Amino acid sequence: MDLRFTAEERAFRAEVRDFIDRTLPDETRARMASGRTPTKAQWGWWHSKLFERGWSVPDWAKEHGGPGWTPVQRYIFREELQQAPAPQPQQFGTMMVGPVIIAFGSEAQKRRFLPGIRSGREWWCQGFSEPGAGSDLASLQTSARRVDDHYIVNGQKTWTTLAHWADWMFALVRTDPNAKKKQEGIGFLLIDMKSPGITVRPIVTIDGEHEINEVFFDDVKVPADNMVGDATRGWDCAKFLLSNERTGQARVGMSKERIRRLKRIAAATPAGGRPLIEDARFRERLAAVEVELKALEITTMRVVAAEQRALGERKPDPASSLLKVKGSEILQSISALMVEAAGPYGIAAPMEEATAGANEPEIVPDWAAMAQPIWMNWRKLSIYGGTNEIQRNIMAKAFLGL
Amino acid sequence: MDFDLSEEQRLLRESLARLLADRYGFEQRKAYAREPDGWSRAMWAAYAELGLLGLPFAEDEGGFGGGAVETLLVAEALGEALALEPWLATVVLGGGALRHGASRQRRAALVPAIAQGSLLLALAHTEAQSRWDLHDVAATAKRDGEGWVLEGRKLVVLHGDVADKLVVTARTAGDRRDRAGIGVFLVDAAASGLTRRGHRTNDGRRAAEVTLAGVRVAAEDVLGDPADGLPMLERVVHEAIAALAAEAVGVMAAAQKLTLDYLKVRKQFGVPIGSFQVLQHKAADVMMAIEQSRSMAMYAAMSLEEPDPAERARAMSAVKAQIGRAARFVAEETVQMHGGIGITMEYAVAHCMARLGVIEAMFGDAEFHLRRLADAGGLIAA
Repeated sequence: MDLRFTAEERAFRAEVRDFIDRTLPDETRARMASGRTPTKAQWGWWHSKLFERGWSVPDWAKEHGGPGWTPVQRYIFREELQQAPAPQPQQFGTMMVGPVIIAFGSEAQKRRFLPGIRSGREWWCQGFSEPGAGSDLASLQTSARRVDDHYIVNGQKTWTTLAHWADWMFALVRTDPNAKKKQEGIGFLLIDMKSPGITVRPIVTIDGEHEINEVFFDDVKVPADNMVGDATRGWDCAKFLLSNERTGQARVGMSKERIRRLKRIAAATPAGGRPLIEDARFRERLAAVEVELKALEITTMRVVAAEQRALGERKPDPASSLLKVKGSEILQSISALMVEAAGPYGIAAPMEEATAGANEPEIVPDWAAMAQPIWMNWRKLSIYGGTNEIQRNIMAKAFLGL
Repeated sequence: MDFDLSEEQRLLRESLARLLADRYGFEQRKAYAREPDGWSRAMWAAYAELGLLGLPFAEDEGGFGGGAVETLLVAEALGEALALEPWLATVVLGGGALRHGASRQRRAALVPAIAQGSLLLALAHTEAQSRWDLHDVAATAKRDGEGWVLEGRKLVVLHGDVADKLVVTARTAGDRRDRAGIGVFLVDAAASGLTRRGHRTNDGRRAAEVTLAGVRVAAEDVLGDPADGLPMLERVVHEAIAALAAEAVGVMAAAQKLTLDYLKVRKQFGVPIGSFQVLQHKAADVMMAIEQSRSMAMYAAMSLEEPDPAERARAMSAVKAQIGRAARFVAEETVQMHGGIGITMEYAVAHCMARLGVIEAMFGDAEFHLRRLADAGGLIAA
């Protein structure tokens, strides 16, 4: 039993960090550190640099253009990006639809779509949730009716992150409304977002940002060749996709970065005539979060080590539920401590992007103005990707046999 | 980075698990608890035979040369069985003080007796005013020729009622709360001037009040530097915290197993109560707390190698804080999920709670360690 990384792994970490330090533009880093989503241009540029370096699809095998990294290397890579902080490779393509196409797609689909995912030239979004299908995803209603060599898609998706940037959507659609079980009769379909009949309508979130959308389908014609795998077995693809990403769910590097930032802020913020970090109640609660994070870091490493041992074997692991629940709870706790650090100045909303870029002096520090928006926005962490309550259901059933 | 066990470690774990499965069922445990010392001398002999009593001592001194991982495995298994024997007191606490403080000759004389099971030890440190502050020592040690004379009163000395020798802290210089000037002494329990009053502990074990009135200690029984014994004491306590963390994981796992079994068989409203989502979510929360604790117990074992005492102290505070919180949570929730049967002496989950409560109260509870960790700047450097 040994918690230390090997010399090769430490050298790899240094190589990644060095690349980030040399390549990541200051504005992108600053925007990430402020808690904002990078702009499309910043994100796309960064993805293209990762692509040039051969690192844009960290989880893929060499034969599909990935770096062929071990689970430990992938863990280190993501942690370094999170700690920088730098954007991850565009996740919907590289982490979600890409692995599904590799596992279930046709040769033609691999040739058509994998290069654009690797390079980041094509942006993807995920069409899973619907107004009537949230936690009960399999009750989705968006229909795909086969007509000759096309599907005609009708219905509505919602909570679609970055649909307004996306060139393509991978969607779960009902292909057989008469299937016996609702999990059957669902297809995994790749839809060109420029297709006639698609309407993308923004949903503005509680922090005033536009990140998610509603997407409407009105007789949208999609080539039948864009169906991934069997047209009635799309649920298998969805399960594969949702269980694929495990250790990234914990976001340990992101929490570390936020804690460092919070500590620097608390050391520079006066409260009661001395720095906030000297307030016993504040720093004890911060220490409690650090303790949970340390435990989560080791738990994550246990999962990574188990993956390393079972190299090549891809099977769903209920541990991902634990990592997701704990990881989101920790980030949410940090966001609440940041609100406390902001104090009365947290009342001010962040300045408009246009103003913030100009040379106008700040009214309150940007971190203080961002604290409450982040605290509010991060409710999403325990809601998306299967709510934390659904994760507890999974643990009870898959782990505990209840 | 790997979490695998070596072949020897696997064997150790398996043979101990077999022994405990055969001889430490809950009914057998009840019988052991009724023995005069509150634990089983026969089991103690069986542990000796397995090598558990000499585990952490060097092989050339009569031990088995086990490290932190071996200690973790044994402590976890003993925890799962709710074993009552004074393994922590003798091997980890008393034995730790010998390993780090006794001369080679002294160890050569004592370790074989410990390993064979014929020498029981206890750490006599806590005082009426000290709570968990290791540096708060009012008991005194005064020079007396080559040796020393001890005065003072020590409380909740675990298994101090049966120990053959006591590891006693006493002040050789300075004021009550000075870090310097603390000596550590090995005192024979039969020494003139030493009296002890045994009592029960809330987890069904035994402890003692130890009073020292003019107790003479020979020079060879000074452990470490009599002018500066605190770093050694802290090291021993760090090892004890690591062992307790692993033991707590074992106890929590036992409580969880009982609870999951119960949720599946206990019927109300015509269905197993485990079919209720509110209980499923509690069970999931318990599972997460245990897995996080398991991780922390591993972190504890591996942090013992940390050479910088301040870094090690930080890590151990994090460990004890996490374990303390998780232990309290798991104890409360597993009892709650049982309903009335959970708070009866006749049912094992109540004994899990009792043990977890005591573990939380040893060497600093979660709040104590969170405060310490926060005062030291936390785990992550800004």
